Parts: sequence; C-alpha cells; structure tokens
Amino acid sequence: MFAGENGLQGDPRLKAISEAIRVVPHFPKQGIMFQDITTLLLDHKAFKDTVDIFVDRYRDMGISVVAGVEARGFMFGPSIALAIGAKFVPLRKPKKLPGEVISEAYVLEYGTDRLEMHVGAVQPGERALVIDDLIATGGTLCAAIKLLERVGAEVVECACVIGLPEAKGQCRLNGKPLYILVEPRK
Amino acid sequence: MYVYKCISIYSPPSPSLSSLSDHHNRRLPCVPLSESNPVVHLRQTRKRRGSFVVSLSATMSACKDQDPRIHGIKTKIRVVPNFPKPVFVFCACLLMVGMAGIMFQDITTLLLDPKAFKDTIDLFVERYKGKNISVVAGIEARGFIFGPPIALAIGAKFVPLRKPRKLPGEVISEEYILEYGRDCLEMHVGAVEPGDRALVVDDLIATGGTLCAAMNLLERVGAEVVECACVIELPDLKGRDRLNGKPLYILVEYH
Repeated sequence: MFAGENGLQGDPRLKAISEAIRVVPHFPKQGIMFQDITTLLLDHKAFKDTVDIFVDRYRDMGISVVAGVEARGFMFGPSIALAIGAKFVPLRKPKKLPGEVISEAYVLEYGTDRLEMHVGAVQPGERALVIDDLIATGGTLCAAIKLLERVGAEVVECACVIGLPEAKGQCRLNGKPLYILVEPRK
Repeated sequence: MYVYKCISIYSPPSPSLSSLSDHHNRRLPCVPLSESNPVVHLRQTRKRRGSFVVSLSATMSACKDQDPRIHGIKTKIRVVPNFPKPVFVFCACLLMVGMAGIMFQDITTLLLDPKAFKDTIDLFVERYKGKNISVVAGIEARGFIFGPPIALAIGAKFVPLRKPRKLPGEVISEEYILEYGRDCLEMHVGAVEPGDRALVVDDLIATGGTLCAAMNLLERVGAEVVECACVIELPDLKGRDRLNGKPLYILVEYH
C-alpha cells in the first residue's frame, strides 16, 4: 500500500522524499538501478519528514516493538521507536548478535542468507512493526516477520521507504500489510 | 570493529535477556562535565588524585554520579562473555591454562528499554544542540542506531561510515589496523563538505582504531571533527590516546 494513495494524496513531503533519493546505476552489479537513501539522510528536512510520516501512522497503534533490518533499517527504525515509545530490536546478519539468537533463512537470487534476532528481546503478544529502507522481492521482510511470529509477537505492519515494482500490487506480505512511502526513481 | 580482552579463569554463563545482572563500573573519582577550560580543570584533578595520571588531551566524560540518567543506562547494558569467541591462553609461569574471555558490551538490551534509550539520546542531544554541528557520522552498524536520532534532533545531516563495498557510487576509503590484519572504512564523496562541523558516533570505543579512521575520513574532505561520542568506553585499552587530541565524550566506562 503506497502512502500517496492512502491518506497522503498530494502530500508535498512525499515528492521531496522521492527527489532526495539517488539512483546509482549498475550497483552492486550490471543492470541494477540501486536506490540510494544516503542522500535522503543528508537532507535534514526530508529525513525528518520520512520519520514523521511513519511516526504519525504508528503512534496510536499500540506498537511495542520496532524491528529494524540490518543495516539500513537501523537508520530509520530507532527514531521511529523513540518517538512512539517502543523498543527497538535489531535483526542482524549471522554471528553479529552476541548471546542466544533465533535464526531464519531466506532465499537470495543465488543461494540463501539468514536473519537473526535475540532470544528474549520480543515477548509473546507484543505488537511489532518491521522497518527497512526498501522492499524488492520481500524475502528479507518475510524472514523478519517469521522471526517475530516464532516468538509469539503480532506483526502489525511492514514499513519501507521505497517499494520496487515487484512489491507493487502486493499490499500484503505473508498476509501482513505493507506500507511504502515512494516508488523507485528511474 | 574492535578487539579487546580481559583475563578470567572461568567463563560465567551468558546472562539471559530476561535477567539482566547489574553491572556496576568500578567507581572512579567523578570528573564533572565542565564548560570551562579543560586544561585548567585537569591540573586541579591531578592534585586531588595524587598519582592518578590524567591525559592532557581534552577529554571529558559525563559525570557518572551527577546525572541520574546515567545509572539507568549503565544497568541496561548487558555483558556477554566470550563473544565473538573465547581465546585460550597458556600461562607458562603458572603452568595453567586460563580462558581469556572477550567481555562483549551488548547495547541491544539498552534499546529494549525505551526510557533508557531515550535518555541516552537526550544526553547527547543536550550536549550538541546549538553547537552548530552540521554532520553526524555514524560507524557501521551500531553507530547507525544512535547517530540518526541525534542528527535529527540537532538539525544535522547523517552520514554512514561503512565497511567496504556497501556504499554505492564514489567513496573514499581509510584503512585501519585490527589485532590481526586490517579493515577499511568508507564514506561517500560529496556527503561532507569542507568546513562542515562533524560529530563521530559509535556505540563503544575500545582501541580507538575505528574512530581514528572515521576522523581521518572526515578531515580528508576538509571537515572539522568537533568531538567523538560513544555510549561506552573501555579505558584500559586507551583508545582516547589514538584520537589525535580530539575530545571524546562518553556516558559509561567499563573496566
């Protein structure tokens, strides 16, 4: 579900956010038009607007956990968590989190990867938001949802700044609603 | 990336998240945060402490005993022994094998406490708001958790400093030394401009190698590094001595 079609029609902040994102062709490999959010982080107003839009949406939803996917989810998640009074839980690549973890595999174009979460970080019954900078195939976000559901949390929504065409038309991911601010720039 | 060790003969079980033990730092004489001339203050401190050696670099710590939020923050940080791995040490003179445990300071438990996490950010924001800081540079990946909220609150841009090949487009790169081998930190060309006033943020300073590389990246593009800010310092590793005299602001120490 795109913000510009749901409640934020004509919101000028969305246009500014989209324009602050830089496209880097052929990264990490030929043919991929990489959506670079670091330029958004350089624009204080646009970055603040990004966080504010998510905060306005989620502050009254009783969300107790914001789970951010390493590493770019870390750039947006904590600010949202702080503003809505939720805890922040980092979901990380293997072997980065110390102590006991649970792990969920997901499929890449070639091969698989894993996402990990600390045991005990999230309690059964908690209402969770998953955040990342971008959704493409949804593989990583699906793994994130599964980690949270395995410990008994309820994933309220997945939120991303950018949604690639593969995600368009998918308002749900694994049955969970998806909220996206902008489409990719050409 | 950082490596640090302390020697212990046994390894206690890893504390579970549901039963945080209360890790109190050894109480140091309080160094009050002062806006006055730090060199003058340090001379006075030397007299009071006798043989306690205080570096002449202008470093400051949040006064651990005066701000009531510090205690709450300190108790939320979990120590995980033997992470990333235990190191076995043979001590010839004692003819015994001991386990040198890497005592990992885990800030994720701090992030699970909204009040303590907010207090952490507030302490940094109170220090840097109104100081004309235009850039907050955060070191991958835990610097990405603390840096952006600080940047947003003080009106600065946020610049991620990343491991190699993560940043798309043109980057500059700074190598630094690890215990075994080297690593590299990268920053986007054009992200920071000459004359920008920068703050470097990471969760922890150990040997100071990563922070030093971060400072070098910023200075190479003509920015002024105003201060380095970390939640935790391991003072025994003397990381602040590697900061080329740049000030370091930390909230808690762990010995």
